Amino acid sequence: MEFFRIKRDIPFMRYALIFNVISIITFLIAVISLATRGLNLGVDFTGGTVMEVAYAQAADLNKIREAMAKLGFSEASVQNFGTSRDVLIRLPVKQGLTSAKLSELVMQELRKDDKTVNMRRVEFVGPQVGRELLENGALALLFVSLGIVAYLAFRFEWKFGVATIVANLHDTVIIVGFFSLFQWEFSLPVLAAVLAILGYSVNESVVVFDRVRENFRNRRMRNRTVPQIIDNGITATMSRTIITHACTQMMVCAMLIFGGETLHYFALALTIGIMFGIYSSVLVASPIVMWLGVSREDLVKPEKKPAAETV
Amino acid sequence: MNRYPLWKNILIVVSVVVGLVYTLPNFYGEVPAVQVSPIKATLKADPALMARVEDILKKGKFTPAGIFLDPTSVKARFRDTDTQIKAKDLLQSQLGEDYVIALNLLSNSPDWLTAIGALPMYLGLDLRGGVYFLLQVDMKAALTKKVESFTNDIRGTLRDKRIQYTGVTRDGQTITVRFRDREARDKGVTEIEKAMPDLTLKPVDDAGGSRIVAALKQTAQTQAEKFALEQNITTLRNRVNELGVAEPIIQQQGSDRVVVQLPGVQDTAKAKDILGRTATLEVRMVEAHASDPAARNYDPQKIQQAIDGQVPFGTELYYAQREGAKEPLLLAKQVVITGDRITDAAPGFDSQTQQPIVSVTLDGQGARIFQNVTRDAVKRRMAILLIDRGKPEVLTAPVIQSELGARFQITGFKSTVETRDLALLLRAGALAAPMEIIEERTVGPSLGAENIRIGFHSTWYGFAAISVFMIAYYMLFGVFSIVALVANVLFLVALLSMLQATLTLPGLAGIALTIGMAIDANVLINERIREELRNGNTPQAAIHAGYDRAWNTILDSNLTTLIAGVFLFILGSGPVKGFAVVLCLGILTSQFSSVMVARALSNFHYGRRRRLDRISIGQIWRPTGAKAEG
Repeated sequence: MEFFRIKRDIPFMRYALIFNVISIITFLIAVISLATRGLNLGVDFTGGTVMEVAYAQAADLNKIREAMAKLGFSEASVQNFGTSRDVLIRLPVKQGLTSAKLSELVMQELRKDDKTVNMRRVEFVGPQVGRELLENGALALLFVSLGIVAYLAFRFEWKFGVATIVANLHDTVIIVGFFSLFQWEFSLPVLAAVLAILGYSVNESVVVFDRVRENFRNRRMRNRTVPQIIDNGITATMSRTIITHACTQMMVCAMLIFGGETLHYFALALTIGIMFGIYSSVLVASPIVMWLGVSREDLVKPEKKPAAETV
Repeated sequence: MNRYPLWKNILIVVSVVVGLVYTLPNFYGEVPAVQVSPIKATLKADPALMARVEDILKKGKFTPAGIFLDPTSVKARFRDTDTQIKAKDLLQSQLGEDYVIALNLLSNSPDWLTAIGALPMYLGLDLRGGVYFLLQVDMKAALTKKVESFTNDIRGTLRDKRIQYTGVTRDGQTITVRFRDREARDKGVTEIEKAMPDLTLKPVDDAGGSRIVAALKQTAQTQAEKFALEQNITTLRNRVNELGVAEPIIQQQGSDRVVVQLPGVQDTAKAKDILGRTATLEVRMVEAHASDPAARNYDPQKIQQAIDGQVPFGTELYYAQREGAKEPLLLAKQVVITGDRITDAAPGFDSQTQQPIVSVTLDGQGARIFQNVTRDAVKRRMAILLIDRGKPEVLTAPVIQSELGARFQITGFKSTVETRDLALLLRAGALAAPMEIIEERTVGPSLGAENIRIGFHSTWYGFAAISVFMIAYYMLFGVFSIVALVANVLFLVALLSMLQATLTLPGLAGIALTIGMAIDANVLINERIREELRNGNTPQAAIHAGYDRAWNTILDSNLTTLIAGVFLFILGSGPVKGFAVVLCLGILTSQFSSVMVARALSNFHYGRRRRLDRISIGQIWRPTGAKAEG
């Protein structure tokens, strides 16, 4: 089997502007959504209590809501989690009742209606811890970005570093934008997925740029222009790019299918990240490098001239 | 010719064997067991204890599947959970006071594996069920308490040295000592300075008179905070011991936080109840009561006045709960001792009357204070107060029968249940400073098992899909890649088992993701080989170039992911940290397995052949269409 039978280099760079416009539009939608709708932050970041309870038969959500209202949590969110028997209850932070007692109270109240109810999971995060987790998350994002720029600048050249990080940060914004647009819950595992994807999709740019560098050094390609060299680099690595991502996506799909609710958003973030990762790190990063004016001299080390004699 | 030097082949074989051995314990599953570990430092888990456990079980007609001794405990395996629980109850009744008897699950792997340190992966709370707490120590309260104790000391010192003062008051973290004149104040400064070097003293003279404003020195503050945290950790440890948890983790985090992890706890409500109790203990003298005319300070009139709202200066009105009735008591505001002076408390029976009692042991300073106070207080009553979340509760208010020292008994209980509860409260006793649960994650055991299933299924089906695709697309080289991938999983699981790193559900997802990412290296190599063939290179040269040139690219791409993994590890918490660990380790193992192992296989298969016309890497399509290899 051979999926990719490409006769000539595809002139990606000719359409560079289009790719970037598409990407800027998506980016803007994400930013606007983030600015207007904000993120549906999970309990990890906002503080509060999440409880997962299981019933022997389909749960009556209205009754549970009533029970919560009786405890003074009229703003509690009650919804099914995976199956109709599992229920997820979200309670906001309440002054004076932040302790572990809360979940006991809730269970007592629920047992009054239905004896079969079974506590599966409780997560309580104090507001202070939530703030810290959010701060640490932002800090991790910053350090990872800086680390990658530094590494690429050291390994290649600053232009590649800048282009890669622009492409990948815009990926990050887009993933987060999706979570904002659809108001999916943004939790700690999702943040982990975003960061992992940041590291992963940088690979894309690395592979393409590696090839571009190799092409610049290749004597046979001496007469080609910079866009041609980049086109060749992208074309040559395209089949690998798509096959690799297809494989990773197979794994992520398995998580989406078998991972249940718990891994759902984690896998979703990975999926979006992989899709946009390919797109941006190939079709956004490369034009940026071109526009930044990369040249053969940037990558091919000049032959060492004999040092001038000192007097 | 593509051949690996001997050492590389040996390295690969050795790593695979080591990987297999250390992965093995994960397949054996677990058996129910009972773990007996000493509570006190003076007791040791030794062969004598093992013999004792064996003896008790034999007398109870239990036949354990095996009894083991390790440095901290004696563990007995059982065939089913039913006997396990019955055996636990038996051991609890025989050894309960000095030992923690806990239900546990032990790896069922053969002894030789355990002997070389090959253990199953350490599962996080989200996979095995249990409770995680992050507790915040209220350091301000700890300091206030410390400063408060100094106000008493200052009074005592000034009285001893016969220095006239008009008042000692605490205002937040500072103490103000008022004097009639400057002379007395100056004398006071010298004496307090001598007696209490932990205080900084500032003499003040103004319209308000001559005063000393005293505050804790910075070093003393740090010290007090450190002690408070240490004592709270000790107290928590005692409380956890009461719970009987097999492998509890109680750790300091940062300067004012404590992490408590109780894996496998079934009764989470009880755990939270005992841990979440932010109680402190205080012993105070009873100034008036209305129930026992034989005791001193019997004064129903004063009590009635207090109930009506006239509480005398320096006292507070409390109600002692007893047998459903409330007994009003007027207690002195001054605290005789706090719970941190209590070193032990145990239920028992009086040797003469056979009545249930609680015997209490105090530390040196506590004993001295107690002796001084009780000498003049025979036939008076003293109250033990439990202050839980700012709500004081009188546990008991016994009559002092004689001068008390380091050891004394509290009598007058109706049942052993009462004495046991009181002893537990006194012993697990006091926290140096109040604590608040600021993060809690409880996972029920059924959800834990389900999470394992979820993680395992995702990994397995994803892996199967990748395998089918790779082999269909790259033929024999696909097989090499998949074998390399299996080796990668093997190394990863072996490393996780060796390091006993905590495996969480995100960690399991991390294993799946690493597999998905690790295949990248092999795709890169295989594509490169195809490309070299397309360009007209010989198969041997193509294999060589494919592996060689791909190495740097793979290294680059792995390093960027590693950067993400490392920062995630440093800044992440809980389950996310588990994900980061797997991600980092997975990247390291994949660099080895996908390049070295896959190459070793292709070298082994093709490397020796001098004349190699075609290799099985799927169809190579050439743009000219002249010739295709299959």
